[in-house]
Amino acid sequence: MMRFMLLFSRQGKLRLQKWYTATAERDKKKMVRELMQIVLARKPKMCSFLEWRDLKIVYKRYASLYFCCAIEEQDNELITLEVIHRFVELLDKYFGSVCELDIIFNFEKAYFILDEFLMGGEIQDTSKKSVLKAIEQSDLLQEEDESPRSVLEEMGLA
Amino acid sequence: MSYVGEKTLTALPSLLSLDSQPGPAKLSSTSKLGNLIRGITELTSKHEEEKLIQRELESIKEQVSSPNTSMRQMKELMVRAIYCESLGYEASFVYIHAIKLAQQGTALEKRVGYLAVSLFLNESHELLLLLVNTVLKDLQSTNLIEVCMALTVVSQIFPKEMIPAILPLVEEKLNHPKEIIRRKAVLALYKFYLIAPNQVQHIHNKFRKALCDKDPGVMTASLHIYLQMIQENPEGYKDLTGSFVNILKQVVGGKLPIDFNYHSVPAPWLQIHLLRILSFLGKNDLRTSELIYEVLDESLRRAEMNRNITYAILYECVKCIYTIHPKSNLLEKAAKCIGNFVLSPDINLKYLGLKALTYVIQQDPKMALQHQMTIIECLDHPDLIIKRETLELLFRITNAQNVVVIVEKMLEFLQNSPDDYTTIDLVGKVAELAEKYAPDNEWFIETMNTVFSLGGDTMQPDIPNSFLKLLSEGFDSVEEDRKLRLFAVDSYVSLLQGETRKLPQCFLQVISWVLGEYSHLSEDHNRSTVLRLLEKLLDMKQTSSETKCWILMAMTKLCEGTAGVCVAQQVSETYISSMDTVLRQRAQELQHLSQDSELREEVLPRDSGLDPMEIDSSLSFLDEFVSGALAAGAAPYKPPHQRQEELAEAKVLSLEPYGLALPISMSSCSITDRHSPTPLSMSSGLSGDSTDVSHRAGLKLDGVQRVWGRDGYLAKKESVEEAAPVQGLTPVHSPSLQNEGDGSHSQTPTPTPTPEPDREKEQLASSLFFGVSSQSSVCLMGKPDSTFNRRRKAKVQAPGVTEQLSSSVAPVSNAVDNLLCNNLQDSNINSVSAASSKQTCELSPRVPAANGTCNTDCGLPESDRKRSNLSISRDNGLVDADSALSEDQGSRSDLCPSSYLPAELCGLYRSEIAPLCTAHSLELSACHVHQGDDMILIIFISNSSDSQVLQIRLDLKSEQLKVTCVSDSSVENIKSHTVAVYQYSLAVKRPGVDVEVDGTLSFLLPAGTPQTKHFSYKLPLTAFIRPLLISTEEYGTMWLGFSHEVKQNLTLVDDGCEPLTFTLNLLKNRLQLHLVEIIGLEGILACRLLQNQPCLMHCRVHAGALAVWLRSPVPELPDCLVYHCQRVLQEK
Repeated sequence: MMRFMLLFSRQGKLRLQKWYTATAERDKKKMVRELMQIVLARKPKMCSFLEWRDLKIVYKRYASLYFCCAIEEQDNELITLEVIHRFVELLDKYFGSVCELDIIFNFEKAYFILDEFLMGGEIQDTSKKSVLKAIEQSDLLQEEDESPRSVLEEMGLA
Repeated sequence: MSYVGEKTLTALPSLLSLDSQPGPAKLSSTSKLGNLIRGITELTSKHEEEKLIQRELESIKEQVSSPNTSMRQMKELMVRAIYCESLGYEASFVYIHAIKLAQQGTALEKRVGYLAVSLFLNESHELLLLLVNTVLKDLQSTNLIEVCMALTVVSQIFPKEMIPAILPLVEEKLNHPKEIIRRKAVLALYKFYLIAPNQVQHIHNKFRKALCDKDPGVMTASLHIYLQMIQENPEGYKDLTGSFVNILKQVVGGKLPIDFNYHSVPAPWLQIHLLRILSFLGKNDLRTSELIYEVLDESLRRAEMNRNITYAILYECVKCIYTIHPKSNLLEKAAKCIGNFVLSPDINLKYLGLKALTYVIQQDPKMALQHQMTIIECLDHPDLIIKRETLELLFRITNAQNVVVIVEKMLEFLQNSPDDYTTIDLVGKVAELAEKYAPDNEWFIETMNTVFSLGGDTMQPDIPNSFLKLLSEGFDSVEEDRKLRLFAVDSYVSLLQGETRKLPQCFLQVISWVLGEYSHLSEDHNRSTVLRLLEKLLDMKQTSSETKCWILMAMTKLCEGTAGVCVAQQVSETYISSMDTVLRQRAQELQHLSQDSELREEVLPRDSGLDPMEIDSSLSFLDEFVSGALAAGAAPYKPPHQRQEELAEAKVLSLEPYGLALPISMSSCSITDRHSPTPLSMSSGLSGDSTDVSHRAGLKLDGVQRVWGRDGYLAKKESVEEAAPVQGLTPVHSPSLQNEGDGSHSQTPTPTPTPEPDREKEQLASSLFFGVSSQSSVCLMGKPDSTFNRRRKAKVQAPGVTEQLSSSVAPVSNAVDNLLCNNLQDSNINSVSAASSKQTCELSPRVPAANGTCNTDCGLPESDRKRSNLSISRDNGLVDADSALSEDQGSRSDLCPSSYLPAELCGLYRSEIAPLCTAHSLELSACHVHQGDDMILIIFISNSSDSQVLQIRLDLKSEQLKVTCVSDSSVENIKSHTVAVYQYSLAVKRPGVDVEVDGTLSFLLPAGTPQTKHFSYKLPLTAFIRPLLISTEEYGTMWLGFSHEVKQNLTLVDDGCEPLTFTLNLLKNRLQLHLVEIIGLEGILACRLLQNQPCLMHCRVHAGALAVWLRSPVPELPDCLVYHCQRVLQEK
């Protein structure tokens, strides 16, 4: 099971964090700080997997953003890389060639996509189509009660 | 966020000014959030950021508390608040508004509200209780999206104790027509299962329904739960193996809708999940594994493409192949696969390859040789992760020959180790290797010195403990021990003469203990020198008071002669007034003992470390004092966890109506004194859950016994063969790096990846892999690898030290398994014996006993077995089919064992007679009879042949039971067509869920060859349970006296009116308990284990479950009994 997922920038700014097991706030901060330090210090050609505390860390860099997942001992590292990749694909499809700014300004949307994709630390739906369908359904709802200036409309998605 | 460099702030504006940004970002930057983000990026210092955010938070605070703020505005404010929090600024004032938003908002506002709640609060936050109602409402909503949101939030953060409140609604969703809802419901239940397994125990059959769901997504979701359950109890789900294999076959065969493809690979997540499940099911189970082989082969075949995702599947296949019962052609393919990983240019694959090698290296040392050059390269890899994993691999192949090189590499890595976790782990490994394989004293002590100084005070405390134990217990030779100790003393004295400020505390403690105990061995250093060195340590600022105690102790042992006494007096005067009581006590001891040398001799005799001390762990000598204090009105002792529970009890929310619960628990208070089990509340049930969770072990391949090699078992012959080329490869005389090898390494038996590896590397390789594959053969022959094996022995004796990698264990099982293996391989024999057992089954009219099972295992040398099998076929006449069968039936009818039951035992309650084994014409069967307070085991041996069987001997032994023979005289010969009866009386020594007796039957064949046959008889512990007739008052006093307890929630069986009475009566009748009393929602029961070991049980209805609390003076008894209670209730 995935324990948590972090998104942070090359400059060490945390963009998204999702914790799938109960963790105290202070520990979270400490872990995030430590992990960022470790991951950011690694060179581009190095291995994407780390053993850290009792966890396995799988990270991958997409442009200026690092996607970093913590998984348990028995989990498969390679498939976790694909989880990250699929998440990026979903973001990309939703935002239309996603960039870090999309995630900064629409972080709640990114969270919604993540929630639709992973639930309780396990992958929920592997089909790209149905994840986006679920998101769009909720977005349509939003459209009904939101003003025409809605973000979505302007994005041409609604 | 405080740790964010200013760099970020300067980097963003340039990003923002990029015109090529697609729509959403640019546009939303005009919103308030956009303004905020832009504002922040324009700032130049952290201080300004702080000011801006504080201002922002002030304005948010003002707006959220204003009554005029609409929900839509609230949503917008919430997003901004989340952003501020994510930057590390606290915005706790909005938490309550987040909950309000989730409660009152329309769909999208609600969604933001739920998101905010899940980001702001953690599972134990008290505000979450306010969320329960909202979730309940949304779960019942007709709006699908609201239901989805509720299920999502429930699986993210939900207070454990609130699960019962929403569980029925979530369960209901399993039948929802929409698959997305069903899927989310299954995942929510999975989450509940993880955090509170007992709460979802009753819906296991619904999981099965989810598994059979027509939607593959729902089925996939249900596999998460199955993976967990199967991991915990593989036995319970063996019947599903076929289904899982079928699903995997269909997936691999591309039968799923194309939607499930990921980069044109069909449902890889599902595949990996299934592979993991199958590996749990097939582990140590030949029959199940046989069902799996084909689909594994198919998966391997289909996955041969060069894609990352297929590598993921391949890796999982390899893990599965090495976990389940081995099959040679699959192992071969898996080994090839691992080779591809290791040799891959992709660093991630290389890393996983190394990891896989680490798993399999012990069972297949050849793999290490094959990849030795890659391993050497990885050892110098710039990526520390790769390096670390390589060391792990080398750790697994360490032996007495290569230990020096490997430990050197590990210590080298440790010198610049990146973090504490790695240090702790590696230090432990170095210590383990040093203890196991040290080539000599000097090396051992020096390595341990490095371990102590590098490991510092973070290392596992058992390292210094076992080191000291090893020194004090010594080995076989007194002289050798003396040398080791002497060397340690010398080494420590010279260490202390140098710079001591950097030495970790625990090392100082080790040093002072060794010096105190053994410095008399050294002639070079007199005691006063040592005393002065120790005194210097005492004066150091860094020395902790615990270390000071150790030093004072050492001084007490050393203060002899006038100079010694003088130092001692000085020191003790300094510390005798210390604020630390322990330190003060040690100083007092030092003062008194230094003056009275006779007393000192008596208290601290030299070389006394070996005498085991008797420790009364139950502190029974205090009983009198305790009862005195109790009589004088003192409150009885409560163990810490109970005190905590009582505290928690006060805080925990009660889900029950007060009216009923209150008077009842008060009445039970009066029954059983203040120490009654009433505090057993929801909180205690839940604390049980949390331990359950922590017990769940992961797929730990390292602990798995490795007896299999690529060609099946690691047979003795194979490794001997392998040993020869290795020796050819390594012309090394001393296993060190500096050795002058003659450089004729070109005859490497395995192709090396680099065409011209440089000499240095080859030398390293030869010293690293020296003896790698000859290792197992050495052990197989039972020859100790070197004189220093003794250290390993000492280590094995040390309690609490896990010997997970000892290769000395494996060969034993190898030998055993080899026999089994031969048994299986010899198909000829196999078919005959299979036929014969089948025949006997058909012939014997007996039904296997419900609660007795038996295992047979033939321990004959092969040649004997061949002959004996031939005689089987002759004696039983199995070769002719039907005619012989009917004849046999006729002759057998009068051999029915039950008619041979001893007269005095007839009419007593007994188990059904179960067949144990057959050996030639002899058939063994057994049953157990309850004779009052005695348990009698009766073994029948019937001889169905026409000849007499001679010199029969029956030996029974058991670790759990005391077995005494009660037959008058043991029958030695059995005439043809008669039955001999043996009687044994059984008593429980060590309770277990089931208890087992192992037996050996030996006899002479008519031909005169001796034969032996093993069997075992298992009976449940419940056979030894009797009611304990006591009154409530007696129960109350007994309850206080028992120290071993277990608490668990069990299912309540409902008959419609009185569930508690019904359930307790059911338990009473099925398990032979005494129902002492039922008061309201609570009941107490008592029983005893034969002969006279009581166990008390307290039950309470709570939240639809039965919370039981068992106590007994026998450690294992409550646990076993709870298991049986659970089984009885589940069967119901």
